[in-house]
Amino acid sequence: MTTLKKTKTSIPVAELMSSGHLACQGCGATMAMRYALKGLGDRTVMVVPACCWTVISGANPRSSINLPLLHSPFAAAAATATGVKAGLVSRGDRETTVVAWAGDGGTFDIGIQALSGAADRDEDILYVCYDNEAYMNTGVQRSGGTPSGAWTMSTPAGSARPKKDLDAIMLAHHIPYFATATPAYAEDMVRKFAKARTVKGFRFIHILSPCPPGWKTDPMDSTKLSRLAVQTGLFRLYEVEEGVTRLNMNVTNRKPVEEYLKAQGRFKSMPAGEIAAIQRRVDAAWEPEKGRPS
Amino acid sequence: MPRALRALRRRERVMKKVLSGNHAAAVAAQLARTQVSVGYPITPATQVFEALAEMKAKGELPGEFIAAESEHSVMAALLGASTAGARTFTATSSHGLAYMHEVLHWVAGARLPIVMVDVNRALAAPWNLWTDQTDSLSQRDTGWMQTYCSTNQEVLDTVLMSFKIAERVMLPSMVVLDGFTLSHSYEPVDVPSQAEVDAFLPPFRPELKLDPDQPITFGSLTQPKDYLRLRRRMAADMAEAENAVEEVGREFGEIFGRSYGQLDPYRCEDAETILVTSGAVGSTARAAVDALREKGLKAGNLRLRAFRPFPAKSLRAFVKPGMKLAVVDRNYSPGMGGIFAQEIKAALYPRPGVSVHGYVTGLGGGDITVELLQEVWERVDDAPVAEVPAATWVEDAR
Repeated sequence: MTTLKKTKTSIPVAELMSSGHLACQGCGATMAMRYALKGLGDRTVMVVPACCWTVISGANPRSSINLPLLHSPFAAAAATATGVKAGLVSRGDRETTVVAWAGDGGTFDIGIQALSGAADRDEDILYVCYDNEAYMNTGVQRSGGTPSGAWTMSTPAGSARPKKDLDAIMLAHHIPYFATATPAYAEDMVRKFAKARTVKGFRFIHILSPCPPGWKTDPMDSTKLSRLAVQTGLFRLYEVEEGVTRLNMNVTNRKPVEEYLKAQGRFKSMPAGEIAAIQRRVDAAWEPEKGRPS
Repeated sequence: MPRALRALRRRERVMKKVLSGNHAAAVAAQLARTQVSVGYPITPATQVFEALAEMKAKGELPGEFIAAESEHSVMAALLGASTAGARTFTATSSHGLAYMHEVLHWVAGARLPIVMVDVNRALAAPWNLWTDQTDSLSQRDTGWMQTYCSTNQEVLDTVLMSFKIAERVMLPSMVVLDGFTLSHSYEPVDVPSQAEVDAFLPPFRPELKLDPDQPITFGSLTQPKDYLRLRRRMAADMAEAENAVEEVGREFGEIFGRSYGQLDPYRCEDAETILVTSGAVGSTARAAVDALREKGLKAGNLRLRAFRPFPAKSLRAFVKPGMKLAVVDRNYSPGMGGIFAQEIKAALYPRPGVSVHGYVTGLGGGDITVELLQEVWERVDDAPVAEVPAATWVEDAR
C-alpha cells in the first residue's frame, strides 16, 4: 500500500499566467514568468521590450497574463517602466509594482543604457532579465549573455568571448536589491519576487532561463538543466541587499561542468580543453575572495 | 462658458512677463498641470529642461519630473507615463529629436497625446548649433502633429492649445520654435492665470490606461488587416485634427483674446505674389511686406502654423488663380528641395494658374533679413517656371 506524501510549499496557488501562451515547449521564460507572478501578485504592471515574451504574451487581442502589459521599444524597457511608475504615481497610485521584463539582448546589449540610467536614478521599478543566453526571438544569434564556446547562428564555430558579467555591472550601480534565480528552484524564485515587491527603489533579478531550441536540448530537460547550472556552480543563486551579499545555495559538492555542457547541443563542438578551462574558472570563482563564476 | 471666462479674465490681472521662448514653453507646461515631464539637456532646448527642474525643486511643478539619461529614454518614459494615463511633456532639439525618432513612431501609433517642444536646430555633420527646420521636418512621417510658432507668446499659447487638441484626437503634438531666434530671445508674454488655463484645459482622463484593476495589453502584435485599419483610423483622426486646430484656436481666442488657425495671412487681400513662411521668419516677413507695400507693391505674407496635419484644405481655399507663392524654406531635403515648397505644390496639384517657387535660405542659422525677403519677393516675377522641381538657393549678402 502506498501512502501519499504531503508536500509543504510556500508557492501561492493563484495563477496570473494562463495556458495557451505562444512559447516553445519547455521554455524557461514561461516558467520564470509564472513563478515571478506568484511572488509579485496582481498589483503589477508589466513592461516588455522586444524579446521572446513579445510573442509569448499573445497576439492582439489575446493575452497570456492577467495583468496590464505595455510593449516597449527594444532599447528602452527600463525607461518605459520608469515612465509607467511616474505616471501611476502622478495619478495617486503608489502601490502598483512596475516590472520591466526583458531578455538578455534587451538587457546585456541594446537596453543597457536605459537600464543603467534607471538604476543610476534608483527608479522605483523591478527589472527582470530572463537570460537565455542569445537572441532567441530572432532565431539564436550571439548576445552579450552568450557563454564562451556556445554555438549560435552568428557564432557557428562557438562564441569566442566569455559571458558579459552583467551582475557586476548592475552591482556597480549601488542598487538596493539584486538577486539571481532559476525556474528549477521555484520556491527560491517566488520568495525573491515577493521580496523584490516590498523593496523601494531599483531592483534587479537575473534569471537563467533555459531555451530548448537555442540550447539544442530536449524540452523536457529544461528544469533539469537549470538545476544543473546551479549544481555545477556555473550559475550562482545569491542576492545582494543594500550591498550585503547572501549566498542562497552553497554548492559544496559541485558537479562537473561537463555534465551541464555535454547535455546541450550548443556546446557539442567544444573541445575538451575548453571544458577543462571553464571548470578551472568555476573552481577559482568559488574560492573565497575570488568573486562570482563567469 | 466663454462669457464666464471673459468675466474671469477681466477680474484676473493680465500678467505680462518678459520670457524667452524656452521659458514660455516651460511656463506653459506648468500651467497645463503636466503630470509627468521628462528631459535631457540639448542646446538650444536645455533651458526648458532646467526651468522644469527648477520648478520641481521649488515645489512649483505639480507633477513628476525625471532627468533621463538620453532622449531615447525620455520619449520611452513618456510612452510609459502617457499609457499610465498621465499628461506628459518634454522639450528637445536636433540630435535629441533624431535620437527619439524610433519612439516617436511608437508614441503616435499608440495614440498618446504627448506634447513636445522642439527647438529647431541643424543636424551634423558638420556641427551646427543654430536654427534650421530639418530636424522637425525629418519627423514628418512619424504621425506627430507639428505647429510652427513665430513669437514667444505663440509658443506659450500653442503648448496649451496642443494639449487640448492632442487629447481630443489622441495624437502626439510637436510645438516647434526657432533655435536662439525664439528660444533665447526675450519678449513680453501675456502669462494667463492658472484659473483661466484650468477653465480652458480640463484634466486628461483617457478612456484606456495601464491599471491593475483593468488588465489590458497595449501595443501587442497585430495582423496586417488590423494594422492597416489602425493606420486608417489615424488618417481619419489626422483629418479631424485640422478641424480641431481651427476650433481650439477660435476657442482660445474667445477666452484669451488671441485666435490661431492653421494659416496666418498678412496683407494678402489684394496680393498676387505672396511670401510663404513658417516659424520666426513669419514676423520678419511681415516687416518685409510692410516695406514692399510702402513702395506701392502688392505684397503679402502667408505663414503656415500647421505642418501636420498639412493644412491642404485651408491652403486650397486661400489660393486664387493668378497667385504666385514664394516659399521660404529654412530646411532642405537633399535631392528634392525645400520641404514646405514640396508639400504646398503637392497640396495644390492640380491647380492651374498658380505657381509655387521654392527658396532655400537661412540653413544652419543663416540670417533671413527683411532685405533678403524683399529680394525673394521681387525675384518671383522673373523666375522661370522650372520643369524639374528645383529650389533656388539664396543667402544674406552681408
